[in-house]
Amino acid sequence: MSNNEGLNGDVLLDVNNVSLSFGGVKALEDVSFDVREKEIRAIIGPNGAGKSSMLNVINGFYHPQEGEITYKGNTRKQMRPHDAAAQGIARTFQNIALFKGMTTLDNIMTGRNLKMHANLFLAALHIGPARREETEHRAYVEHVIDFLEIQAIRKTVVGKLPYGLQKRVELGRALAAEPDLLLLDEPMAGMNSEEKEDMCRFILDVNDEFGTTIVLIEHDMGVVMDISDRVVVLDYGRKIADGSPDAVRTNKEVVDAYLGVAHD
Amino acid sequence: MVEATATPEADESALDTFPKLLLDRAVRYRDAHAAREKEFGIWQSWTWHELAEEIQDLACGLAELGFQRGDKIAIIGDNRPRLYGAMCAAQALGGVPVPMYQDSVANELQFVVDHADVRFAIGENQEQVDKLLEIMDSCPKLEVIIFDDARGLRKYEHDFLHSYSGVQAKGRELREKDPEFLKTEIAKGSGSDIAIILYTSGTTGNPKGVMLSHGNVLVTARNSVERDGLRQDDEVLAYLPMAWVGDNIFSFGQSYVAGFCVNCPESSATVMADLREVGPTYFFAPPAIYESLLTNVMIRMEDAAKLKRKLFHYFMGVSKRVGVQILDGKTVSFKDRLLYWVGEVLIYGPLKNTLGFSRTRIAYTAGEAIGPDIFDFYRSLGINIKQLYGQTEAAVFVTMQPNGEIKPDTVGTPAPQVEIKITDGGEVMYRSPGVFQSYYKNPEATAETKTEDGWVHTGDAGFFDEDGHLKIIDRAKDVGKLNDGSMFAPKYLENKLKFFPHIKEAVTFGNERDYVTAFINIDQEAVGNWAERQNIAYASYQELAAQSGVIGLIREDLAKVNTDLAGDAHLSGSQIRRFLILPKELDADDGELTRTLKVRRRIIAERYGPLIEALYSDKERFSMESQVTFEDGRTGTIKADLVLRDVPTTAPVAKAS
Repeated sequence: MSNNEGLNGDVLLDVNNVSLSFGGVKALEDVSFDVREKEIRAIIGPNGAGKSSMLNVINGFYHPQEGEITYKGNTRKQMRPHDAAAQGIARTFQNIALFKGMTTLDNIMTGRNLKMHANLFLAALHIGPARREETEHRAYVEHVIDFLEIQAIRKTVVGKLPYGLQKRVELGRALAAEPDLLLLDEPMAGMNSEEKEDMCRFILDVNDEFGTTIVLIEHDMGVVMDISDRVVVLDYGRKIADGSPDAVRTNKEVVDAYLGVAHD
Repeated sequence: MVEATATPEADESALDTFPKLLLDRAVRYRDAHAAREKEFGIWQSWTWHELAEEIQDLACGLAELGFQRGDKIAIIGDNRPRLYGAMCAAQALGGVPVPMYQDSVANELQFVVDHADVRFAIGENQEQVDKLLEIMDSCPKLEVIIFDDARGLRKYEHDFLHSYSGVQAKGRELREKDPEFLKTEIAKGSGSDIAIILYTSGTTGNPKGVMLSHGNVLVTARNSVERDGLRQDDEVLAYLPMAWVGDNIFSFGQSYVAGFCVNCPESSATVMADLREVGPTYFFAPPAIYESLLTNVMIRMEDAAKLKRKLFHYFMGVSKRVGVQILDGKTVSFKDRLLYWVGEVLIYGPLKNTLGFSRTRIAYTAGEAIGPDIFDFYRSLGINIKQLYGQTEAAVFVTMQPNGEIKPDTVGTPAPQVEIKITDGGEVMYRSPGVFQSYYKNPEATAETKTEDGWVHTGDAGFFDEDGHLKIIDRAKDVGKLNDGSMFAPKYLENKLKFFPHIKEAVTFGNERDYVTAFINIDQEAVGNWAERQNIAYASYQELAAQSGVIGLIREDLAKVNTDLAGDAHLSGSQIRRFLILPKELDADDGELTRTLKVRRRIIAERYGPLIEALYSDKERFSMESQVTFEDGRTGTIKADLVLRDVPTTAPVAKAS
């Protein structure tokens, strides 16, 4: 169960008639949906439905040929990923993208990058305002570490960690950026049921404690239905359903898409 | 220093309850550290003054919520200064804390909460509060739930649910309005009041609530502080469950008496790192912890560079030869002393630092027998590790090893003010000022355990050796006989088996049988490491356990035990003839171990009955099915094909002496 406030919140992100193609391949075709503040919004669909492409569009990594995106009231056609980050959008990746040779702590610290303002010279010498700033950032990062219960691996090099924990560290790095909108690309892929349950709890808690709006892509229907407020279903780049988990679950087109009825 | 060593002085004896002691410590040791907890990566600390203020706030807040004299308050969570504080706060109002095992599942909690007539409960976090909410309907006496960490609890709307700091805020208001209230309440307490109810995990039947008075806990704490010379500047690490009597003495009772600082780890997963950071001067651990620390060192040494490895083994040889003598103050040749000193600089010092034992003056182990090799390993490094023998019913101490008189196979001489006698049947009995009042609401069990004149049955078989040291062999009721009439002491055998690094747990059978057989649980870390070296691939515990190489490895270990047993006149008949490796680890969640990780022999015998019969047949393979409980409470079954193997035995050696 998630919160219900999300259902009545203002629209934070509005995706309007977005189409994206790579050469002749249509990844997204005329997709529209909105994300309200403080909600957990899921994008689901079979393999190759365009879920990750959708996330990459929101994040500014891909530029759609058609359509527009309104985020916090600003409409845009194109945005670069670092603009997205500056505007409070953070994400995790389907194939973990951490700095494998760095510790958990350092990885999460990189999530604070945009919030660091000290000049290079002071930072290099670790003096004055730079030092004070680092202490503040470290305090925030420790808060995240405590939140995700990864104290025991604080100083462990990320490459040595099991997959489930790496996923958690990646979530930590995204949280360290204090995002308004958090994009999670298959946060539970490859996890066992216990790890999945933990991750669900963290996602709900993030939404609850930090008030972060969350858009998540997931393969596992069961998980999505349990934690999200509203669900968008994509199939072959098109939106085939949008609504509450219960409504989506019983939608005929969705059932067909998942059970593999021949496509017309 | 005179002030710091808490010898029972004239005014100390007036401090007959923990809350009175607290008010005194808040003045006497005002700015000294009383507690630390690692949070957000930093050690946060409380001075005695701060701690006393927090506790008084909470106590007054509890009173505002209607907490009455004699009320029971359940405390569930990891070791946290605020939870220890809650114990003292409840005691200040004449209430009784009932600490519980934090990893208990809801229905285990339910029995205790219901049986102890708990009205108030403090849970550390959402996990514990969820369990309490789950049992609330079936425990009508439970009225108030207090939580410390609010994470995830924001959406919980219940009138009976309060935050720890919210309760303290209420308490502060009361303290301002009526500053005398709590002082009067504390003054009403006396040493004969019940200080705590500790539920023993119980190898059979339902847990029993052991009631200890303030006097019980205080006298034993004072005696032990005096005997070991504990000081105000000592440091301990509080990481064992709060529901266990030892933690109540080491991390609460002795701390209040001696005034030393109690350090609480960040989480159960960080204990080893926190141990190293704290560097406790006084340390307690069950043998399993010393064992796993040693296993870790050995595994890491195997992976070290050749020169380091050679140095390590050379100087471990030196310390094995002379280390223990040096620690016990015996004469050692100048050359050996010099070598040991070099070893200290090169190996022992850095090793102790890595383990977190650099500053350790006194370390204890108890609960189970410790392997002689493990025991000597630590002692030879200069760590003064000693064994004690205790029980919840005795407020821990029955016997303890005095400095300099350490034998690996005995548990020492009687603790101060403890009398011990051995019954005709060989059972150990004791009487002391620490002896519990009674079991809560269980007069039959009290009468079975405690005699009219205060002697307590330990249920352990043992005897005194020629130096007056007590030697414990086994549970009196577990000692049985083989069909040929020779003695069968299962725990003794299991302990011998568990001293091998590859074997994590063992259960032996043999009472009223023709020969002895064993179930083995391998140590996944140690055996896994070995398998890696042998290029044996495996994906799970079950697969690893079924490898024929692993079975062979364990068989060799068993053969060594048999050779050892052949040399003992009483036990040569107990050589292990057949064994199997269980396809799953014995688990407290499945009821196979107690929460303190002791084997529940009867339950295992019932559960795996067909397996035992198979061991006493000539079958070489057996397929089994068993139910397992996952950590989230769901159950499933595992199926396995097991290999049953014979072990070579050694002909008994006729001993000359």
